[in-house]
Amino acid sequence: MPKGTGWRISLIGIFILLSFFYLTPTLVTTLPSWWKGVLPKDKIHLGLDLQGGTYLVLEVDTEKAVEGTLDIVATDLEDTLTSKDLHFKRITRTGSDKVSLVLYEKGTAETVQKLLKDKYPGYEQSPLHDDGGFVAFDMKINDKDAQDRKDKSVQQALETIRNRIDQFGVSEPVIQREGINHIVVQLPGIKDPQRAIDLIGKTARLEFKMVREDIPPTSTSIPEDAELLKERTVDPTTGAVNEVPYVVQKKSLITGDLLTDAQVRIDSQFNQPYVAIEFNSLGAKLFDQATAANVGKRFAIVLDNNVYSAPVIRERISGGSAQISGSFTEKTAADLAIILRAGALPAPVKIIQNVTVGPSLGQDSINKGLYAGLIGILLVVAFMTIYYKLSGLVANWGMVLNVVYLMGALSALGATLTLPGIAAIVLLIGMSVDSNVLIFERIREELKLGKTPKSALDAGYDKAFMTIMDSHITTLITAAVLFQFGTGPVKGFAVSLSLGVIINLFTSLIGTKVIFDLALHKGNVKKMSI
Amino acid sequence: MELLGKTNIDFIGKRNISFVLSSIIAIIGIIGIIQIARGDANMGIDFSGGTSLQLKFAKPLPIADARAALHKNGIAKADLQEIKEGNKLLIKIDKNTSLSLGKASVAVQTAFTKEFTDNAFTVESSTEIGPSIGDKLRKDTLVAVVISLLGIILYIAWRFDFKFGIGATLATLHDCLAMFAVFYVMNKEINLLFVTAVLTIAGYSLTDTVVVFDRIRENLHKNLKSSMPNIFNLSINEVLSRTIVTSFTVFLASASLFFFGGEVIHDFSFALLIGVLVGTYSSVFVASPIVVILENRALAKQGAKA
Repeated sequence: MPKGTGWRISLIGIFILLSFFYLTPTLVTTLPSWWKGVLPKDKIHLGLDLQGGTYLVLEVDTEKAVEGTLDIVATDLEDTLTSKDLHFKRITRTGSDKVSLVLYEKGTAETVQKLLKDKYPGYEQSPLHDDGGFVAFDMKINDKDAQDRKDKSVQQALETIRNRIDQFGVSEPVIQREGINHIVVQLPGIKDPQRAIDLIGKTARLEFKMVREDIPPTSTSIPEDAELLKERTVDPTTGAVNEVPYVVQKKSLITGDLLTDAQVRIDSQFNQPYVAIEFNSLGAKLFDQATAANVGKRFAIVLDNNVYSAPVIRERISGGSAQISGSFTEKTAADLAIILRAGALPAPVKIIQNVTVGPSLGQDSINKGLYAGLIGILLVVAFMTIYYKLSGLVANWGMVLNVVYLMGALSALGATLTLPGIAAIVLLIGMSVDSNVLIFERIREELKLGKTPKSALDAGYDKAFMTIMDSHITTLITAAVLFQFGTGPVKGFAVSLSLGVIINLFTSLIGTKVIFDLALHKGNVKKMSI
Repeated sequence: MELLGKTNIDFIGKRNISFVLSSIIAIIGIIGIIQIARGDANMGIDFSGGTSLQLKFAKPLPIADARAALHKNGIAKADLQEIKEGNKLLIKIDKNTSLSLGKASVAVQTAFTKEFTDNAFTVESSTEIGPSIGDKLRKDTLVAVVISLLGIILYIAWRFDFKFGIGATLATLHDCLAMFAVFYVMNKEINLLFVTAVLTIAGYSLTDTVVVFDRIRENLHKNLKSSMPNIFNLSINEVLSRTIVTSFTVFLASASLFFFGGEVIHDFSFALLIGVLVGTYSSVFVASPIVVILENRALAKQGAKA
């Protein structure tokens, strides 16, 4: 054997073994029982465009999270000032970064300012000013705290969504934060995407509010501390939507963050599903107080500003359990229980991208991609064999090696294969023989100059080397950029392309050369089949 | 086997014809890009925002009937396209309709369920893209195009001298413009996959150019007596068969994707096919003549000095 052949053959062999080793889980339907421990178990990851599923990008309305915090601060201020006997006219959130306080006298206002400076160090107070004969000032949340709150809200939203999806039951979901306020959710192989989207996208702010029965819903002047909400019911048989308006107190008695559990139960009397909820001790206490004080009145159970039901309080309810009934199907009741258990989102989310691929199209794409790949291989193999005879076969061997290595590398790196990724592989079938074409054409030239096959071969590989490097590097530049900026399927294309190009350097320069070296090493070969 | 024996074609001499042809193509390409920038071309919803749906019906459905059904249910601004194989229908709804994101897909499905009770369908894919995502993708893509072109130019400038760099860059730009021109004239959809194809070809077309340039440079060093156009012609003729063969193998692979790869990457592989053809043409008829002109000009200057 010529010098330096041994290690090259070993390297080629090792890479082949490694490729098949990593491809085993993909190629074998059931792994043998001894295949365990550190051995690779993952099949090649298929992108959502191939296996079907839903890809969502959600935008968290982080402004709303800050506003929510300020609303809580405003309520808290009311309680604090009331408990300290400091009289005020009104405390409200104004805009998205301020709480405004309006007081009766300058003296009280100054006391309040001092008190609040200590209690809320993160807020900037404006100087006192006159507001229609009253004394007023603003508390502005500082930018850093607001930013913090926004950042946390995205993190919380992500956790909540993960919770909901886990309870809904999707295998291998991917939930990631992207950029400042985006969350990417991937749900592979999901059967009922719309239901999952509804489940993920609901803010799920549960509130118990007193109904203001003294104001008719048709009234045009609703006081500032009340609001008009509607109960929407859909007739399951006709699909007709019925809306019942209620005027409710803006301030809620209890909110959903005081829940500990939510379960679906079936009403034995009407055979109608409802959601049974449990409060924590604080919630139970508040509920107990509120029901005791309001026997005979109605309260509304409100979720995301929709009234679910508005029952009359018949008696004081202690113990901390309540039930939400409404026109539920078993599915909608189960979904409501899930989102109540998982908790509310700290801010509303908006779906800004939704790509759903059905499983049939995915399978169709795989089949067609493989078919196209096979035809591509056959065409290239046939052409190369006819055009370069035995040498063409060597180039074909290099190309097959390229495909095997590439598939192995894709599974070893846990890269995701997408349809454009398959296209890149097919394209590489054509590109991978190109290096050999460049070399072969060089060899033909050298042979025409009257060189022996052996020296023509070496000259061919040497002189074509720089050209091959150039062509690979230019392709790598674009592949790297595509990887950096592409999303989903395009990224898959870039991964396959760049891996393939790197592997091709090895297969065309070492994988094929070894065979020529072996065939020609005696030096007395008179003719080359090229 | 040999496709071409020894050839002796005067490629450089045909530069007037090729320059006129390429200029026309490039101008159409530029018009296409301007129209795209103005939002006046067939933009994919990944750039423009909107909704697209691919439905598979149990029975053939005339496109006019589908359109009428949508009209009747208040979806007037929809772009319908039939995929012959397997009774498939592609529906594209612009972001500018009254339907908000997330509603359009449901509205279309409701309309078809109501109107074609005897022709069931399944949703093969649905894509909804909000305008903010479309904007982001458009910006990212623009950055990607600029960076990769810049990267290629820098590499070529480093590997070859300045004149070759200009020739290679102009030829690559020409190829990209040609792909835009074809897609614009044929009113095919400009989407993310198309841009991917353009960038891939930008990389690939350079390969072809580099093969030719390498030989030209080699011959320039060897043979200083002959005239510039002669050296260039000789070099191109010498590497002509490898230029054709390397392009042909990639062409075979792209063609099998085009004919057998399925509808999702049909346009993508079409773009690749165009790109491979144009890329081969440009390395011979655009890149090389440009370098000849630049070299001649440099020589003339030197002569004037001496």
